[in-house]
Amino acid sequence: MQYLMAVMLIILTSVSIKAQTDKKAENAKYNEKCLKCHGQSKYKYTNSETGSDVTKRMYIETIINRSQFAESNHKSFKCTDCHSEDYDTFPHPGRLRMEIKYACIDCHGGDEKYAKFKFEKIETEFQASVHSTKHSEDFNCWMCHNPHTYKINARSDEKIKDIVAYDNAICLNCHADITKYQMLTDKVNPNIIQKHQWLPNQALHFKNVRCIECHARTNDSILVAHNIQPKAKAVRRCVECHSTNSRLMETLYKYKVREGRSKAGFYNGVIMNEGYVIGANRNYYLGLISIIMFCCVAAGILIHASLRIIKRKK
Amino acid sequence: MQYTNPANPFIRFDIAVTMHNISGMLLTANYLVFLFGTITTPNGRFYKLTLKGLIPRLIKQFTYYTFGIFKHEPVPFPVTKDSKFNPLQQFTYVAAMFVLVPIVIITGWALLYPEVVLTKFISGSGLRVNDFIHVIIGFFVSFFMFVHIYFCTIGATFVSNFKSMITGFHESH
Repeated sequence: MQYLMAVMLIILTSVSIKAQTDKKAENAKYNEKCLKCHGQSKYKYTNSETGSDVTKRMYIETIINRSQFAESNHKSFKCTDCHSEDYDTFPHPGRLRMEIKYACIDCHGGDEKYAKFKFEKIETEFQASVHSTKHSEDFNCWMCHNPHTYKINARSDEKIKDIVAYDNAICLNCHADITKYQMLTDKVNPNIIQKHQWLPNQALHFKNVRCIECHARTNDSILVAHNIQPKAKAVRRCVECHSTNSRLMETLYKYKVREGRSKAGFYNGVIMNEGYVIGANRNYYLGLISIIMFCCVAAGILIHASLRIIKRKK
Repeated sequence: MQYTNPANPFIRFDIAVTMHNISGMLLTANYLVFLFGTITTPNGRFYKLTLKGLIPRLIKQFTYYTFGIFKHEPVPFPVTKDSKFNPLQQFTYVAAMFVLVPIVIITGWALLYPEVVLTKFISGSGLRVNDFIHVIIGFFVSFFMFVHIYFCTIGATFVSNFKSMITGFHESH
């Protein structure tokens, strides 16, 4: 009986996986209809008036990178799961320009399957951030998380340096590109290198920590902080990261903190596996032994000096 | 930097780091002057250790410091024109100036420019090993410094050894 049940379970699982794979393949095939034009930098069509073939450049914002999409979180989706079915015709109807786009919370909010990501809390945090308070509706999730390419990485075993590079590229996408930056403001984009001139070993900081480590308020209930703070509230005190109770444990290394803080070994073993943060990587015993030895040296000097004074008087 | 704690900041971290960096650079410059002087002048001869009978001589000097000094015994190895240091002094100076301080300087510069140090050293992080050596040897150099300054006070008078550092002449007991 047990044997029969095991076989049935294997069959059911295989059927389920096969169904999912089939659906993904079917969607991918369906998406090819869109990607035939939107998957490349140019597209061709026949002018129905003249009957001649026309080649045009695709507007860069509407190009979907096939390989990036295939690796993204939404890879198994059909284009029309989020976009109107009316895109099926060409030329696309003009009213589709007014199509209202979904926000993350529209699909992920209140869904048990995504409960662990706490989208509602992320939304609240985002609403309190400068991105939202300064730009209201103009700033949406897609500004940072491109739905066609975004893939989750904080909740993975990827190397910290890769996570840092991926996440910082999201910020720099606007903060290092005047054209994109000025979509929301008439201000001149501040020069990031100059603004962070005060930071010792600037290049190392940029490679090893994310912008949000200093620019977002930490939150215990969500993994990645979304409450971006005004510049006056950015972290400037070195010890917030460079100490045993490092802020990085609540931000960058939050997911990987499994070893906890071991009093006996090195502090912040997780940080030590992938980086080196002066002040945060310390050995408890080394600190203790050094203090004991300094005390011994001081006591030795004190005793020796006292004896010399006593003997001199005699 | 070793004992930094945000709740109890003895010294602001960025100030501590800057002071540490400047001190390291000054120490390097000073060490180069010392090395130049040792190589180019006859002063270097005082650092030539004679290994034969070294341990008994070290014990003799150590015994003087721990007991003899309180009994006002004569110094076992008086300062002469050819022997500026007693055996214990010579041994610790050679260890400090030719082993410990160079290690602190090299590992210190490696930490100042971490991108040039091997990122991986054996199985761990090169920086971690480098830092570990820098800190431990740094402690020993600090212990040496405290004892060294204290021993300066045991000359003929409290300040006579400090005077010798400037004038170059030793005042006998």
